[in-house]
Amino acid sequence: MNSPRTLWLLLIALAVLCFGLAANLQPKFQALENVNRQPANFFNLLLGDSSRIFANSFFIKADAYYHSGYYPTIFDNNEAFKTPHMAEDTGAIASHNQGEETSFMGPPRDWIDAFGRNFIPNRHTHLDEGGPSDDLSTSGNVREILPWLKLSAELDPENIQTYLVTTFWLRTRLNKVSEAEQVLREGLRHKPDNPQLLFELGRIYDENYQNENRAQNIWEAALRSWAREMPGVPQSERLERTIANFDDRFVFEQIQTSLALLEEKAGNTAAASARWQQAELASPTPDDIQKHIDQLQKSSSR
Amino acid sequence: MKTIFALAGVVIKELYRRKDFYVLFILTVVICVIMASLNIFNDNQIIRYVKELCLLLIWVSSLVIAITTTARQIPAEREQRTLLPLLAKPLTRSQLIFGKFLGCWLACGLVLFCFYAFFGALAASREHAWPLLSYFQAAFLHWMTLGVVIAMTLLGSLVFAAPSSNSTICFVFVATILCVGRYLDAVALSLREPLRSVIYSVYYAVPHLEISFGMRNLIVHDWPLIAWKFIGLDAIYSLAYTGIFLVAACLVFRRKAVN
Repeated sequence: MNSPRTLWLLLIALAVLCFGLAANLQPKFQALENVNRQPANFFNLLLGDSSRIFANSFFIKADAYYHSGYYPTIFDNNEAFKTPHMAEDTGAIASHNQGEETSFMGPPRDWIDAFGRNFIPNRHTHLDEGGPSDDLSTSGNVREILPWLKLSAELDPENIQTYLVTTFWLRTRLNKVSEAEQVLREGLRHKPDNPQLLFELGRIYDENYQNENRAQNIWEAALRSWAREMPGVPQSERLERTIANFDDRFVFEQIQTSLALLEEKAGNTAAASARWQQAELASPTPDDIQKHIDQLQKSSSR
Repeated sequence: MKTIFALAGVVIKELYRRKDFYVLFILTVVICVIMASLNIFNDNQIIRYVKELCLLLIWVSSLVIAITTTARQIPAEREQRTLLPLLAKPLTRSQLIFGKFLGCWLACGLVLFCFYAFFGALAASREHAWPLLSYFQAAFLHWMTLGVVIAMTLLGSLVFAAPSSNSTICFVFVATILCVGRYLDAVALSLREPLRSVIYSVYYAVPHLEISFGMRNLIVHDWPLIAWKFIGLDAIYSLAYTGIFLVAACLVFRRKAVN
């Protein structure tokens, strides 16, 4: 039983067993690894990177709904629609629009074009201002943009613009604050520490929940994450008045302004002035802010 | 006129014996109901995306029914060898063309009535409003446009060899007009001669079906009614093209061998 031959055979049998087991298990482990590595949502799995193109199309579609169908196509002049108006009107996104938004079609090219314009939306309106009926009581119809925004966020979960716009309209026009908060938290799950998302979350706590302490904490966290976004780049360089860093300055100014207003409300004039001075560095209208600081200091010295 | 109506009656009966309409209608209903049941931020008043989808499906379904039904009318009579006995009766070739056209057009009218009734019910379930005149304008212009498509397909069925090739060519032609018809003149402006003149000629020659197709946006976004004079003018425009295609079909059929 204990002969060397038996031991050798036992050793070979064990080696074969090990090899067989490894050969059997390895593909299973590999498959398990692939399952864990697959994209988080169905659209990413189906469309890959092209899902971003679709997401952008649906975001534009939401803006077309915001205009009740009056929207430029690729054949029209879209200079006044570079930044979707539904995003611009939130105040959370900087505008890059130029030109006249009411007449992108231009004069009719011929009689067929002139006749055809009677059968399509032919007037610039916004849903939150009553849409085609101009009836302000129907401003809640702005809800119609939401399905496209939701679809856009699912296709491109890393585009923060979609979360910001969705949150704004849910919070301000539809009074769906908890849904708005959920959208922002979903955005923060995909883009943790994003200063714009944190800024909007702070606005919910300040304007809707009236929880100023929490709002202040969130805005200060937003400022810290703004600073962390470009480590090594001095603040003065980031706040230089150039077109390239317009969005960067815009966020910084908004956070500082909100914090300044909170300090003013709490009666901390010195802290408020300091915040206003920071906001002044990024503002496109620093003179107005300086006037406000002067007034603030005058009233505190009385 | 009686013979034309008798022939049209046969075509209508053929439509409700076939399953095309039922399949497309049920498909439209199922897709729209599923889409309407989606929960979007707990708001049950959102409806425009469903209205847009529903109208798109109605347009696609009606075009499928109009083109496929019309494309097989005359080739089927020829294949089944019923064309000669039909023409042996006191029936002229032009009457046959008009009878087939009228049958397909009325059948499409019935189909549109069902589709738009469903669309109205679906929209009312969320909007709690019945803008019936708007729906009537949309359905009426839709029907007029289908008249042009049916007349064109009828002409195609006499020119092209098989119903399949005729259907495909008609689908491509109609889809192109609906998508880019409105912008052909703008495209022509950016081109050099002689291509510019060619595109311009095409722009003025083709029937602008997209005029009625564009009305979907007005219905989806609750725009006010269109002035009736424009509805009337568009109907006349569509009828003119329908007439041109029908006369052309009659001329082609007069010289065509039927055996």
